[in-house]
Amino acid sequence: MPKRAIVLYLHVHQPYRIRHYTIFDAGIDHNYFDTHEGDRTNNADIIRKVAYKSYIPTNERLLRMLHDNQEFKLSMSITGTVLEQFEQYAPEVLESFKQVIKTGRVEIVAETYHHSLAFFYSRSEFEAQVKKHADKIYELFGVVPTAFRNTELSYNNDIAYWADQAGYKAILSEGWDPVLGWRSPNFVYRPAYTNNIKLLTKNYKLSDDIAFRFSNRSWEEYPLTTEKYLQWLNSSWDQPLVNLFMDYETFGEHQWEDTGIFNFLEHLPHVWLGDTNHTFMTVSEAAESFEAVDQIDVPHTITWADTERDLTAWLGNKMQQGSIAALYALESAVLKSNDAELLEDWRKLQTSDHFYYMCTKWWSDGDVHAYFSPYESPYIAYENFMNAYHDIQYRLSIKGLLE
Amino acid sequence: MLGWELPPHHTGGMGIVCYQLCKKLAQSGADIEFILPYTADFSAIDFMKINPALPNGAKEVLGQSAGSTYSSQYFKYFYSDGSTRGVAMDEHQKNYAEYAAKIALLGSYDIIHAHDWLTFRAGLMAKQMCGKPLIVHIHSTEFDRAGGKNGNPMVREIEYMGLQLADKIIAVSEATKRAIIREYDIDASKIVVAHNAMEFEPHELEDTHSNVFVYLKQMQTSGYKVVLSAGRLTIQKGLSHLVYAMQKVVKHRPKTLLLFVGSGEQQIELMNLAAELGIGANVLFTGHLNGTGKSWRDSFRVADIFVMPSISEPFGLTPFEAITHGTPVLISRQSGVAELLQNSLKVDFWDIDEMANHISCVLDNQDLQDTLIEMGQIELKNLTWDKSVSTLLEEYNKHINVGLQHA
Repeated sequence: MPKRAIVLYLHVHQPYRIRHYTIFDAGIDHNYFDTHEGDRTNNADIIRKVAYKSYIPTNERLLRMLHDNQEFKLSMSITGTVLEQFEQYAPEVLESFKQVIKTGRVEIVAETYHHSLAFFYSRSEFEAQVKKHADKIYELFGVVPTAFRNTELSYNNDIAYWADQAGYKAILSEGWDPVLGWRSPNFVYRPAYTNNIKLLTKNYKLSDDIAFRFSNRSWEEYPLTTEKYLQWLNSSWDQPLVNLFMDYETFGEHQWEDTGIFNFLEHLPHVWLGDTNHTFMTVSEAAESFEAVDQIDVPHTITWADTERDLTAWLGNKMQQGSIAALYALESAVLKSNDAELLEDWRKLQTSDHFYYMCTKWWSDGDVHAYFSPYESPYIAYENFMNAYHDIQYRLSIKGLLE
Repeated sequence: MLGWELPPHHTGGMGIVCYQLCKKLAQSGADIEFILPYTADFSAIDFMKINPALPNGAKEVLGQSAGSTYSSQYFKYFYSDGSTRGVAMDEHQKNYAEYAAKIALLGSYDIIHAHDWLTFRAGLMAKQMCGKPLIVHIHSTEFDRAGGKNGNPMVREIEYMGLQLADKIIAVSEATKRAIIREYDIDASKIVVAHNAMEFEPHELEDTHSNVFVYLKQMQTSGYKVVLSAGRLTIQKGLSHLVYAMQKVVKHRPKTLLLFVGSGEQQIELMNLAAELGIGANVLFTGHLNGTGKSWRDSFRVADIFVMPSISEPFGLTPFEAITHGTPVLISRQSGVAELLQNSLKVDFWDIDEMANHISCVLDNQDLQDTLIEMGQIELKNLTWDKSVSTLLEEYNKHINVGLQHA
């Protein structure tokens, strides 16, 4: 009987934010992503800021944790767009990830290179991006991913079927009650219509206690100590797994250092491993160690976002739907162009964050702080995106590729 | 309540604001007597008492321009013996003040509430006469009206007196509050902000007839888009910046028309500027349109985007009308309404490139237009008078209680 395991999975991502790009730039200046220092959309500034607050200190601690606790393991997914930006703007961060991964106890999870929603628009483009990501991961870290997660933990039967056919051992999803029904997220499952792949579902209550509620002073459980957290972990003592999935940037960026989040993280393995029946597993390891206890059928897409757990934060309004459809409509022309730069720019525009910035769901509530965006409003995000899109159109047009 | 105009006999947004505000205050239990500087038929207003100031035995007072009002420089007094007398603005203001003071002394009021500098002399005299607290309500300062300059020194003087001697100041926006502090050195704690709102009556939203702008409708069928500006053609509104921006828009998108609705001293200047920039054929002027009329509403309905590029706008109600009638808005960050409206595009009035960019983006992208309108209309439903009315009632009560303690 395997030990009870925490499956800690951290997602690392930064988009290439689009600069203030006007309709008068279209056709003249093909630079969409670089702007002057100090601008809110300056990607280099943001990477360096998050590196200082989160990536560097967190990796330092992870390395220590891996060194101090031989049973400590974790999984990560790191998008292509953030890896490129580390190379460009913060090579020391990339170096620190390499060191952490070199321990052999950090599994890298596959996904799309550009953190895109390509699966829902173009299967061939989606596959190209997953391959590009795997190539990049191998080039930088020398490992081959065996588990898959789609952008924003979006998941449905089709995605699981695809990942099964592609040979992955595991796939990740939100452990959303309407999908699980009476079932607990703390088991391994089999996606409907698949033969081999296993499904790990996020324990969102215990994950969000750390990712969202940790520093919330109006939360009745504040402050959260590792001792209290251990009790919660132990309350499901008869279930094999606790899947803690969250953004890597939880540590130091979403929850600042002065909230005590780093100490909490570093202390957790000591407390958990105090019981010899406890361990940590990576996602693929968990999938191999446990039999699937049931099948999970997810005909409609779920994600790990918002109270709705659907795609409406990215595709909820007409601006989002119209702009993403327009972008993917250029696919065949872009591929025909044989222009690597154009292809790469088109792909960078596919990053889901661009559509998230156009979300108007929370905009009228005046609750603008709940909403992290470098733009003054969703409308400005849309304008910059569409103007860049128009420039892509222009570049295709002068090659005679636009119908 | 001391005010200079009320609809339907009004020229500016100030009359509409006073009307809607008083109606909501009355519904919340305030008993209001409104003193106006002219006589007209206000039989449609039943929620408060209208009292036209009739100085020196006059039986009727009319403003010089049609109907009356804010922009009148001269007033005409009619006496019962059939004789008439023309009176200049300054003298009429003083007569209005004396009349108001007399009313204040004779009646039993708790609060004197005066709207903008034109009524400040009256407010001050009334306060002096009956000793009741004076609340002054700033819809615009002379700084705003002069397009960010000093303006008329006499007006500034009156404004200064009113602000200094008032017991409390109501500003229609944070920007106005800042202007009052900056221009008149008033203590910030004396000023509270009560944003304006715009609540439409159902009949104002009905439209069963075809649009009066037949030409524009026809042009739209062949791909033209219409940019609208509505309001007085005056320096405060920053309209020349819009004409410069239009030159860029037209270059990018030749099938674009700019419609100016309204009149004012800048009209010829704007026409010349458009001609000079080579877009004379793309810029149209309607002249003055009645702010409650169908043509006014139809201008919002025909437009694809409404632009308010004001250099200085204490509040600005027209964006509310535009959104209500289904047109997305681009407003200057220098307007008070920009503090409120989330579902709008905002620009610094001097940033011609960005103004042109926003206009082009809206005209080029129907999805942007649709989302701005859909969200904007939801937002407007929640921007009611309720919050400002409770702010005002709270101030009223505070000052009434202070008065009682002294008594």
